[in-house]
Amino acid sequence: MTQPIVKASNLARFYEVKDGFLSKPKTVKALAGVDFELSPGKTLAVVGESGCGKSTLARLITMIEEPTEGTLNIDGTEITPSVWADMRETVAIVFQDPYGSLNPRQRIGQILEEPLVINRRDMSAADREAAAREMIEMVGLRPEHYDRYPHMFSGGQRQRIAIARALMLDPKVLVLDEPVSALDVSIQSQILNLLVELQDRLDLAYLFISHDLSVVKHFADDVIVMYLARAVEKASKETLFETPRHPYSKALLSTTPHADPEGKKERIKLEGELPSPMNVPLGCAFAARCWLATEACRKSVPNLEGTDHKVACLHPL
Amino acid sequence: MSLLRIRNLSVDFATASGQFRAVDGVDVTLEKGELLAIVGESGSGKSVSMLAVMGLLPWTATITADEMSFEGRDLTKITPRERRSIIGKDMAMIFQEPMSSLNPCFTVGFQIKEALRIHMGMDRATRNNRAVELFDQVGIPDAASRLNTFPHQMSGGMNQRVMIAMAIACNPKLLIADEPTTALDVTIQAQILDLLIRLRDEQDMGLVLITHDMGVVAETAERVSVQYAGQKVEEQPVKDLFRHPYHPYTSALLSALPERATSKILPTIPGVVPGQFDRPQGCLFSPRCQFADEKCAQTPPVPCGPEQGRALCHHVDAIEAGEMA
Amino acid sequence: MSDQATPAAATRPSALREFWYYFSENRGAVYGFWFFVAFVLCAALAPWLAPYDSAEQFRDHILQPPVWQEGGSWAFPLGTDPLGRDMLSRLIAGSRFSFFVGVIVVSIAVSGGVMIGLLSGFAPRWLDTIIMRIMDIILAFPSLLLALVLVAILGPSLTNAMIAIAIVFQPHYVRLTRASVLAERQKDYVTSARIAGAGLWRMMFVTVLPNCLAPIIVQGALSFSTAILDAAALGFLGMGAQPPTPEWGTMLAEAREFILRAWWVVTFPGLAILVTVLAINLMGDGLRDALDPKLKRS
Repeated sequence: MTQPIVKASNLARFYEVKDGFLSKPKTVKALAGVDFELSPGKTLAVVGESGCGKSTLARLITMIEEPTEGTLNIDGTEITPSVWADMRETVAIVFQDPYGSLNPRQRIGQILEEPLVINRRDMSAADREAAAREMIEMVGLRPEHYDRYPHMFSGGQRQRIAIARALMLDPKVLVLDEPVSALDVSIQSQILNLLVELQDRLDLAYLFISHDLSVVKHFADDVIVMYLARAVEKASKETLFETPRHPYSKALLSTTPHADPEGKKERIKLEGELPSPMNVPLGCAFAARCWLATEACRKSVPNLEGTDHKVACLHPL
Repeated sequence: MSLLRIRNLSVDFATASGQFRAVDGVDVTLEKGELLAIVGESGSGKSVSMLAVMGLLPWTATITADEMSFEGRDLTKITPRERRSIIGKDMAMIFQEPMSSLNPCFTVGFQIKEALRIHMGMDRATRNNRAVELFDQVGIPDAASRLNTFPHQMSGGMNQRVMIAMAIACNPKLLIADEPTTALDVTIQAQILDLLIRLRDEQDMGLVLITHDMGVVAETAERVSVQYAGQKVEEQPVKDLFRHPYHPYTSALLSALPERATSKILPTIPGVVPGQFDRPQGCLFSPRCQFADEKCAQTPPVPCGPEQGRALCHHVDAIEAGEMA
Repeated sequence: MSDQATPAAATRPSALREFWYYFSENRGAVYGFWFFVAFVLCAALAPWLAPYDSAEQFRDHILQPPVWQEGGSWAFPLGTDPLGRDMLSRLIAGSRFSFFVGVIVVSIAVSGGVMIGLLSGFAPRWLDTIIMRIMDIILAFPSLLLALVLVAILGPSLTNAMIAIAIVFQPHYVRLTRASVLAERQKDYVTSARIAGAGLWRMMFVTVLPNCLAPIIVQGALSFSTAILDAAALGFLGMGAQPPTPEWGTMLAEAREFILRAWWVVTFPGLAILVTVLAINLMGDGLRDALDPKLKRS
């Protein structure tokens, strides 16, 4: 087994939020202690609903924000703000919205060359252009696209450009923040295929953030299910989709619509909604919506336990 | 008499670079109490055709139709005043973004009561009771006190419930839901879809569900109409459609779903949906179709019979027989 | 190397044509635009267009009415002023000053305002607060009054009037720029520039600024007319251009006492100001329609 490229332990991020004019600022836990390891050539999917902390995780891994607690180790280097600038080349990101993620006033060539201009100052303009053109071909765009502006492209093509930009510095880790959820089905499959090919060719490690379980099932190797800032279950894809042990994972799997009208439907209907992160209930955050919850669940937060298949639940399935 | 009957509806938009045909000869028929799903990718004109029915398109749009009638009343000929008396009362619509569909300046209670006042002419006390009743009906807990909250104080799922409550406030005969769950989380999506189906059953209204999500279609609809680039390319009962799609686009779309994948590399549809400037002459799907030949590129196809899903394709028989592979 | 255009790009209208389509949808804007073009040409070609020198006095023709009135002649189509100077020549010469005022004031106000606004949008919270409070204070004064005070301090002249007006206009640009910077900073492309390691200066000027320009251009066009109006007002109050400069506002002030006896001496400069300002405002509306995507139709 290869050495993991990303090691995160007990990673947490809190925000101070002022609730009202004079009241004391509250601490909102956007991410409360997540551990994982990510190896080259592998895909780790982070699944959860809005507000579960998956985007905060992306911001920590891409070094836009500093973790409040816990340690992050990327490619053998302990990540602190002082080494951010040196580590920029190792981690790149692809965003969800292909319309907002490209600068509308820059040509495709400029967009692709920008990371080189910033990080490889000794590179000549001709070399940069050659690198950009090579990347344009690699992601399946045409050479004449080099001089175009983003508004001339469709959503799928823009996402290819965003992927190309992310790969310009030969990163080892690619954070994919819902890269296909804004795309149509026919385009989505093109982009997923491209990502699979690139991973094979470049031995990239993917941190794949998504809410779409059918895409995750197709794409991921390992899956972390998150609920309200915490990981509630962590397992290999096969294990998780066949035998989910956390009630939330099971509910999530059962409510995901399947494109099969004749398949048997056994939906677990969750009552209620996500509690506000401003006042998380004591104990297990999922207890209020869980059909198995007992008094004990409302008292203490369960830890993520297990060896290969980890689950944070007092009454695992 | 059908609840909604549309024949050969076309919608053109005037843009900087000339006319753009967003909807091209679409037929829709909906019976009372029926659930029709219109499925398609972005740019397929699925929302525009329903907005045309509602009369909600901007002035740049030109609507032409051989027939567009609601309960036998011709929607192309009625006055704006008559239209307003139908829209919101007998015909209602909910949208994708519940947050932006509600006015942030007013409480949700005020907004729902306003609809009741205008369309039903109820007095104050009746309005209040009816609003509470509606909130109960759409599963908003603690309905009476929720009337006094503002949209931003509630979650997206709750706001969508408010939108649905407003839409059904006047017991409409037709409810059009335009991507009602796309902005919501999976667990909330399931709740909202269940709610829509329950209301359809209770009130016996026609429900048009516009969506891009094949999974949602499979789990909710009875009849499915597939649109591509403004045209209806296929229409079938849901089980038949998923079991046996006739149009090459439908089958390609279904096999591109990750959950139907058999290998790590997914089957794809090459290319993109044609836009304003690269609209093909013949069949609109021909540039992306694996079966397309000279005829497809030159002549627009005519729909097949209902036994072949009204597929808009020249080669349904040949593909069926396996001659085109 | 690979400059051949694909068919898709060939048929797509160029950005300029699309701009003109949306701009020309507003009929008033087109009229305004053509008037503005005429105004600019008039200003540029003033010495050749004007029949006489603007300062030349014809002592025999004092207060001669325009040509269509009794006593008027084709020699002075719009009549003469109390010193016997040709009104038409003076108006044409005056367009130069007005254009000059508009250009200078807008460029000073825009460049200063955009810099401060950009800084404020990226600055730490305390600095942002200080800048914005100063701008609020400037905005709290009635603009003409503030300009008057500034001119009173600097001394009355056209240059000082322009500086004063530019300072008065600055906060609008600061606020506008800051608002669009804050909106753009939320977008993913800015985050990805950060992840690529872009420094602060690069983020400000290369990444964000070009995307904030559309509303600034619109505001610039609209305040061009306000600048002309304010300069004329200062001139009228004797705090702007000094006689015998043929500045429209100054001309109005000089001729004030003849308003009952010789209507043309006050009416024509007034009309010139009115029509120019109206035309530029109409054009600005059209620019906003075409450049501001929030108002763009379908």
